Amino acid sequence: MSIPVKSLKAQHHQFANPAFQLEVLQHAGTEEGDFPLFGAKLQEHELYPLQPTGTTILQVNVGKMCNQTCRHCHVDAGPDRKEIMTRDTMQLCLNALAKSPQLTIVDLTGGAPEMNPDFRWFVEQLSAMGRQVIVRCNLTIILANPKYHDLPEFFKAHRVQVVSSLPYFSASRTDAQRGDGVFEKSIKALQMLNKVGYGQEGSGLELDLVYNPSGAFLPASQKSLEAEFKRRLLSGYDIVFNNLFCITNLPISRYLDYLVESGNYSSYMEKLVNAFNPVAAANVMCRNTISVGWDGGLYDCDFNQMLELKVQPGTPQHIRDFNLTQLDRRQIVLNQHCYGCTAGAGSSCGGSTT
Amino acid sequence: MENTYYNPADLKKFGNISELQPEMGRKFFDYYGEVFKEGALTEREKALIALAVSHAVQCPYCIDAYTSDCLEKGADENQMMEAVHVAAAIKGGAALVHGVQMMNKIKDLTM
Repeated sequence: MSIPVKSLKAQHHQFANPAFQLEVLQHAGTEEGDFPLFGAKLQEHELYPLQPTGTTILQVNVGKMCNQTCRHCHVDAGPDRKEIMTRDTMQLCLNALAKSPQLTIVDLTGGAPEMNPDFRWFVEQLSAMGRQVIVRCNLTIILANPKYHDLPEFFKAHRVQVVSSLPYFSASRTDAQRGDGVFEKSIKALQMLNKVGYGQEGSGLELDLVYNPSGAFLPASQKSLEAEFKRRLLSGYDIVFNNLFCITNLPISRYLDYLVESGNYSSYMEKLVNAFNPVAAANVMCRNTISVGWDGGLYDCDFNQMLELKVQPGTPQHIRDFNLTQLDRRQIVLNQHCYGCTAGAGSSCGGSTT
Repeated sequence: MENTYYNPADLKKFGNISELQPEMGRKFFDYYGEVFKEGALTEREKALIALAVSHAVQCPYCIDAYTSDCLEKGADENQMMEAVHVAAAIKGGAALVHGVQMMNKIKDLTM
C-alpha cells in the first residue's frame, strides 16, 4: 500500500478531526457490545481516578512539520503541517523548567523536531540548564538537507539522548510504514550516529531505537526483539545501539484511519482491551510526564494532545501558567485510546512499562 | 450447524472445549501455555515452528493464529515463508521417500 504524501488535515479527511476520532473510539465494540470504558476498567483495579505519581519529564512537541508522512503517525505530521513552536513559547518552557527542578528530563518531539528553526537554540538552552535532553529523531532528517548533516555532532556536543524509530531491520517492513527509501536512509543515518560515538560502549552517548508494529498487531517482548534487532543490525550493517523501545500503536489519527480502512479496527481494539494489564496501567507514562503542544497548551500525553484533550480543567492549561504542584494533583484525562498504553507489557515513549 | 465446517469466529472459542471435559481441557491448555514459553527456543522460533506445522496439518485456525503470532513475535515475511517451505519440503519429502518402498516392491514383483 503506498503512503499518501499529504497529511489527513491537508486532505480534509474526517480523521483529521479529533471530535470525529473520539466519536469512533467511543463506539468501538464487538457483536457482544461496546468495550468497557477505560476509566471503568481502571476502577476495577482501584486505579481510578488516575493521578500523577510525580512528574519528572517535560515532553515538548515543537511542531507538526516533518519530512516524512508515516502511515501510522499519531500526529498526522508531514511537510504540509505548518504548526511550529515559536521561540517565545520555548522561552515559556524554559521558565517553567527553571522553577521546576523536579523536571530533570526534557523530551523533544514533533514532527521532526529538528525542522523547527529554533530547535538548536532550544537544545542549547536546555543543555545549559543541565537538563537531560531526549530528541525523537526520525533519522532521515539527518540526510534530508546538507544543513542537517552535522546533527550527530550537534547532538554529541549537548549529550542528547537520541531516540529513533526503526520499525524493522528490513527495508520492506520499514518502508511500508514510513515511506519508500526510508530504511536505506535510516541505516545511513544510524551509521553516521555510530561514527561520532552514539550507541558505542563507554561513549556515554545513548542511541535508542523504537519499534512499533507495521500493521494491526501488538509488539513482541521488548527483550527478545532487542536481541534480534542487535544481531541483525550488527551483522547486516555494522550498527550498534543501546536499547530498543517497543511501542504499541495507539488507535488515533493516521493509524486509526489505517485500522478502519483495512477492516482491522474492531479486532485491534479487542486485542488491546483483552490484553489490559493492571501492572502496565499502574505504570503509564502520563503519571510522570507533562506534554506541551506547539502552541504552549498542556496535556497529559502526546496522544491526548493530538486529540485536543487538554489537562483537567481547573489546572494550568498553558505553559505560561505552569505550576507543577497543581498539575501533580490533577486527574489524568482518559479515553478509549488509553487501552493502547496498558496492553500486554505496556507501552510508553520509553517502551514497555512492566 | 453452520453451512461451512470452518468459521473464523470459532477460533476465539477454542477455550470452550473445556466445557465438556474441564479437567482434560485445563491440563491441555496449561501444557499448551508452557510449551510456547521462552526456553531453549525463543518465543519467535516456537511461533515459526507452529506456523510451519499449521501448514503441514493444514489447519486454518492455526494458520490464522500463528500468522498473527509470528508478526507479533517479530518474525518477518521471509522467515515466515521459509518456514512454510520447510513444511512443504517435509511433506513433499515424506511422499517421495516412500518412492523407495515402491521401488523395493517393484524389485520384488518384477523379473
